[in-house]
Amino acid sequence: MFATLFFLSSGLFLGWSLGANDAANVFGTAVGTKMVRFRTAALISSLFVILGAVIAGHGTTETLGQLGSINALAGAFTAAFSAAISVLTMTRLRLPVSTSQAIIGAIVGWNIFAGKPTDLSVLSKIVGTWVLCPILAGLIAMGVYFVTQRLIVKWRVHLFMMDAWTRLGLVVVGAFGAYSLGANNIANVMGVFVPVTPFPDLRVDGHIWLTGTELLFLVGGIAIAAGVCTYSHRVMQTVGAELFRLSPVTALIVVLASGLVLFIFASQNLEQALHSLGLPALPLVPVSSSQAVVGAVLGIGIMKGVHNIRYIVLGKICLGWVVTPLAAGLVCWVLLFFMQNVFMQIVAR
Amino acid sequence: MKLFGKTRELIQEIEVFYDTIAQAALVCKTGIDFFLDRDTERLTERVHEMNDLENQADTLRRSIERKLYSRMLIPDVRGDVLGLLEASDNVIDWAKKLLTAMDIERPQIPDSLLKEFRELNEASYKAMDEMVKAARCYFYETEMVNDHINKVYFFEHEADKIEDQIKRKAFRSDEFTELSRRVQMRYFAERVANLSDQAENVGNRLAIAAIKRSI
Repeated sequence: MFATLFFLSSGLFLGWSLGANDAANVFGTAVGTKMVRFRTAALISSLFVILGAVIAGHGTTETLGQLGSINALAGAFTAAFSAAISVLTMTRLRLPVSTSQAIIGAIVGWNIFAGKPTDLSVLSKIVGTWVLCPILAGLIAMGVYFVTQRLIVKWRVHLFMMDAWTRLGLVVVGAFGAYSLGANNIANVMGVFVPVTPFPDLRVDGHIWLTGTELLFLVGGIAIAAGVCTYSHRVMQTVGAELFRLSPVTALIVVLASGLVLFIFASQNLEQALHSLGLPALPLVPVSSSQAVVGAVLGIGIMKGVHNIRYIVLGKICLGWVVTPLAAGLVCWVLLFFMQNVFMQIVAR
Repeated sequence: MKLFGKTRELIQEIEVFYDTIAQAALVCKTGIDFFLDRDTERLTERVHEMNDLENQADTLRRSIERKLYSRMLIPDVRGDVLGLLEASDNVIDWAKKLLTAMDIERPQIPDSLLKEFRELNEASYKAMDEMVKAARCYFYETEMVNDHINKVYFFEHEADKIEDQIKRKAFRSDEFTELSRRVQMRYFAERVANLSDQAENVGNRLAIAAIKRSI
C-alpha cells in the first residue's frame, strides 16, 4: 500500500505542478486585471478541473497510452517524476511551460530506455497538435474578437455594464476552461499510471460508481487543485500582463479560445458527433494550455497591431517549449537508470 | 432581485452627475444673461441654484469614486473615469465662482461690450454643453466622442477670439477711462472664457480615454 502510494506520488507532484502553472492560463488574465479575486478563481478552478478530469479524461489518456504504455509502476513513477521536475524548474523560472510536452518527452525517454518502439504516427500526431493548437486558438480568438467588437458598438453597451458582464463571463468561461484543462491534461498527470492503476472500481450497491481509472483521475484532479490553490498566484501575473497588455474583455476572449481548443482536443462526444456527420475529427491529444493561451493572445495582438507584442517574452516561452521535452526525456532516462540499477526496481517489463 | 442591480444604480448616478453639470451650465448661462439684462434679482436666484447644483455634483462625484474603489470596478480605465469626473466637476466649480463674483462685484458692463459678452457667454455655454454630450458618449459609444470634442474645440476657439475682442475694446474704449474698470472687464471676460477652457480640458481627457477604451 505504502509502496503504491509512494509510486503515485510523482504523478501527484506532476499534478500539483500542472495546477501551479496551468491554472494561470485559465484565470491568470482575470486575476491579473483584477476582475476576479484569486480566491474565487482558485475555488472555481479546483472544482471544475476535478470534474473535467473525472468525467472527460479518457479520450486523451487513450492516445497517450498508444504512444507508450509504461508497464511497471516504478517506470511510471520515474516518467511522471521526470516531467514534474522539468515543469517545476520552468515554473520557478516564471515561464509558462507545457506539462504535455514534458510528459511526452518523459514517455519517449522511457521507450528508449526500455527498448520499446515509439509509435511515430502517434508521436507525429501529438507533435502536429503542438503546432495546430496555438494556431487554432489564435484563429478562434481573432474571430471572437472581431464579433465582440462589433456587438459592443452595435448594442451601445455602457462601460459599467460591460464591466459587470465581463466579470460574470470570466467566471463562467474560467469554469469551462478549468473543466477543459482537467479533461485534456489529466492524461499528462495520471495517464502513465492507467495501465498499472492500483485502484479497484468503486462500487455502490453493486453498481460501478467510479472505475479504477476514474478514481485515478479523481486523485490526479485533487493534486491539480492543490497546485492551483498553493502556488498558482505567482504565475498568474506572467501570462497576459507580460506578454501583451490585455483588457478584461480580451482576457475573456483568450480564456474562451484556449478553453475551446482544449475541449476540442479532449471531447470524445464531439469526436463521435463529427464522425456521425461524416466530418473529420481532430485527434484526442493532451495539448498545452500555455500554447493555446499564447496563440490566442497573439491572435488578438495581430488584430490590434503586432507592434504591441513583447517578442522577447514570446521568445523565452518558445525556448521553454523546445527545452522542456528534451530535458524531461533526458532526465527520465537518467532516473530510470538509477531506479533500475541503484534502487533495484523494475521499471519496464 | 435584478441582475447587476448595483451596476445599474451606479450608471444612474453617473447620468444624474452629468445631468447636474448640464443644468449648471444652463444656470450659469441664464444667470449671466440676466445680469447683462440688468436683472440682478434673478442673477442672485441663479447663484443660489448654482450653489445647490455644485454641492449635489460634489456629493455624486464622491459617491461614484467611493464605489469605483470599494468594488474594484473597471480596473483598466478607473483612473481615466476618475480624472474625467474631477475635471467635469471643475467646470461647475468655475461656473459657481463666476456667478458668485458677478453677484458680488456687479461689474458695470458698458453698452459697447454687451453684445460681445453675450456672444462670449453663448460660446462658453455651447462648449460646456458639447462637453457633457461627449462625456456621456464616452460611457456608451466611444465612436461619437470625437464628434462632440471637435465642437468643444470649435466653441472654445470662438470664445478665445471674443475674449480677445473684449479685452482690446475695454482698453481702447473712450466710453470709460478708469483703469480699474478696464481691468474688471478683462477679468470677467477671462472668467467667462475660462469655462470653455475647462470644457476643453475635459475634451482633451476624453480624447485619450476614448482611444484607451477600445477593447
